[in-house]
Amino acid sequence: MALNKRRFDALIIGAGGAGLNAAIQLANTDARVAVVSKVFPTRSHTVAAQGGVNAALANVLPDNWHWHMFDTVKGSDYLGDQDAIEFMCREAIPTVYELEHNGVPFSRLDDGKIYQRAFGGQSQNFGGAQAARTCAAADRTGHAILHALYQQNVRARTHFFDEYFAIDLIRDDEGAILGALIMEIETGEPLLIEAKATVLATGGCGQVYRTTSNAHINTGDGTAMALRAGIPLMDMEFFQFHPTGIAGKGMLITEGVRGEGGYLVNKDGERFMERYAPNAKDLASRDVVSRAIVTEVKEGRGCGPQADHVLLKVDHLGEEIVSKRLPGIRESGKIFAGVDAVHEPLPVFPTAHYVMGGIPTDPYGRVIVPQGNGEEVVPGLYAAGECACVSVHGANRLGGNSLLDILVFGRAAGLDVIESLKEHRNHRPLNESSVETAMARLTRWDQKGEGISVRALRDEFRKTMEDHAGVFRTEEIMAEGVEKLKALRDKLPEVRLSDHSKVFNTARVEALELENLVDTGIAIAYSALKRQESRGAHSRPDFPARDDANWMKHSLYFKQDDHMDYKPVRTKPLTVETFPPKERVY
Amino acid sequence: MKFLVSRYNPDSDAAPYMQAFEVEVPRGMMLRDALLDIKRQDESFAFRHSCGEGVCGSDGVNVNGINKLACITPVSELKEPIEVRPFPGRPIIRDLVVDMTQFYQQYKAVKPWLVRNDPMPEQEILQSPQDRDKLDGLYECILCGCCSTSCPSFWWNPEKFHGPQALLTAWRFLADSRDQATDERLDALEGPYKLFRCHTIMNCVEVCPKGLNPTKAIGHIKALMLKNAV
Repeated sequence: MALNKRRFDALIIGAGGAGLNAAIQLANTDARVAVVSKVFPTRSHTVAAQGGVNAALANVLPDNWHWHMFDTVKGSDYLGDQDAIEFMCREAIPTVYELEHNGVPFSRLDDGKIYQRAFGGQSQNFGGAQAARTCAAADRTGHAILHALYQQNVRARTHFFDEYFAIDLIRDDEGAILGALIMEIETGEPLLIEAKATVLATGGCGQVYRTTSNAHINTGDGTAMALRAGIPLMDMEFFQFHPTGIAGKGMLITEGVRGEGGYLVNKDGERFMERYAPNAKDLASRDVVSRAIVTEVKEGRGCGPQADHVLLKVDHLGEEIVSKRLPGIRESGKIFAGVDAVHEPLPVFPTAHYVMGGIPTDPYGRVIVPQGNGEEVVPGLYAAGECACVSVHGANRLGGNSLLDILVFGRAAGLDVIESLKEHRNHRPLNESSVETAMARLTRWDQKGEGISVRALRDEFRKTMEDHAGVFRTEEIMAEGVEKLKALRDKLPEVRLSDHSKVFNTARVEALELENLVDTGIAIAYSALKRQESRGAHSRPDFPARDDANWMKHSLYFKQDDHMDYKPVRTKPLTVETFPPKERVY
Repeated sequence: MKFLVSRYNPDSDAAPYMQAFEVEVPRGMMLRDALLDIKRQDESFAFRHSCGEGVCGSDGVNVNGINKLACITPVSELKEPIEVRPFPGRPIIRDLVVDMTQFYQQYKAVKPWLVRNDPMPEQEILQSPQDRDKLDGLYECILCGCCSTSCPSFWWNPEKFHGPQALLTAWRFLADSRDQATDERLDALEGPYKLFRCHTIMNCVEVCPKGLNPTKAIGHIKALMLKNAV
């Protein structure tokens, strides 16, 4: 049977904040844009972001983008690219106003302006007093933003392919990206989409770990597609463990809880963050707070019958604040921990939350790869959001900078695609052999017979990632982990489906996702093994110090032979002075 | 515990049927965890789910006759045997997966976006905290479909009656002090079906997993229509 084909000017894979903010730019022009999403757009995981989006609006306390930039550079442990960070912090302000104009129901101050709350790692005047920079819609900011962006795309008549799964990118012999092979989940039928520009906006990959705040759908689909297309992933060793997941479950309790005055205590009732971060205390950067919690538990000061978590106290804030500012958290606490935060503290422990690394891009969302002594753009390919690495988060992302990243760079990618379409008016010729390779990835799962189940391999892979690429990392633990993970990867060809039906076969989707998890997870573990220093979220007891002389550089992992390459951090901002590396204390 | 789940694969089954599974239920287990356990026993079992915390709205199902979100429904609150079926009144694609096209069409039909005719200010459009409070209980909708697919009026006229979800959204924009399309929105709701097929049966209020009240929103729309007509 002939393969069905469609042609669009632009193809966007993923319908979270990054994909939809790219799409709306394009949809407001004459460009024909297709958005492919494996779930109905408002199910994308942007919907779960709670606390808010950072922008130096100065609605509550004095602020400016330059302070925001300083905090982001420091928070990144000096691994973030300062040109991209300056771009993001400047763009933050118009981006948030644009969101508001698009209908986002932000919480409000008495003067009618957008409500802003304090979040970790924020300061006034380059490291001074706490700032209040996080624009919030109660504790449902991601939901409010995602729905508004979807609504604007409905208005602009964006062409959505809902519940289509992206199989692989299609590329020609020069490496230019020509579109993607996708599969309609309802029918199991493949469809080829040819596009002059393709934007990967597939979000995160938290499902590589067993305990995670991430949704079932966050399986690293875009990062794995890039790897298979020969594109490296950058800084994948930097994976953020959010300090406050509900203990044993992983659902997130926003940093906004601590921003509103909540704090952590150990089994002795001690406010232990005062020991680890005397100034910022509970609002220190996320890597600092996560390590502190793990240390408290390791040293026997954990709470509960298993002494395996700490407590987040909120009850002193009073019912009015909790109900008004943190209603979703009160609800989650009741449902998943059986605790009403108004009366009792919440049991919490770090949970796998966010990958700082991803597909390397420039500030216009264009994917860049090493070439000779320099870099070059991959023709026709963009990436934005959590699957991309610009890099603005470096070794550690600040709370409230994730929504900002997806919105600013999703928008920038959309705008750059519009520019590129003026130059590239025609589709490049299709490359049949690349289509065949992509089709083989799909038909491989039609193989019948005995084999390992998807579930069994996935469970073992995720457990191995948790045990060997988690919060604290030694050479021994990680080297063993990489071997185990590679052995699991070698077993992939033995995995078989028992269900080969066509219609809405979720088992097949999970099999395709498993391949993505394996490729992306190994990128994380391998990059982590190779980096011999502690920086941001990457914490090595055997190399406890940051080593700027040898390691102030980005890592690049290639799937081909699992090889690593490195490139310098871009320390020169666009218009202001460089922030030189300093010891990072809170 | 004993679970009875509805199975249907259009390739091989003439009609849906119920299949029994035994699931071990630890303390704190949610219905989604139980469905995942069933999928572990039989990978061909299909249902939608994603966030696991009641915000993405993927895993609405009918449990012991009532529409619920599986991920925030404790199994301990359910009577055995637990019968899990797809949403009523929607075409079944497979097992618990239904075709929600008409539901989304009704949502899109109420023009669910903010309309401003004035030029945009350089900064935010100002809104008082009191005006913003009017959106509470409206904007939180997650489009799970529990309400509309439990509404008899929507079962009968899914192509003509907007249903509780879309009408809640219509009121979310009518209630927004920033929106400037009140007259157009109200005009578009005229006629015997779109709005007025609501017979205040209130199933929607009973089942909403986010505790929202579409019936009240519908009442507000009717009151505003009346006020504007005078």
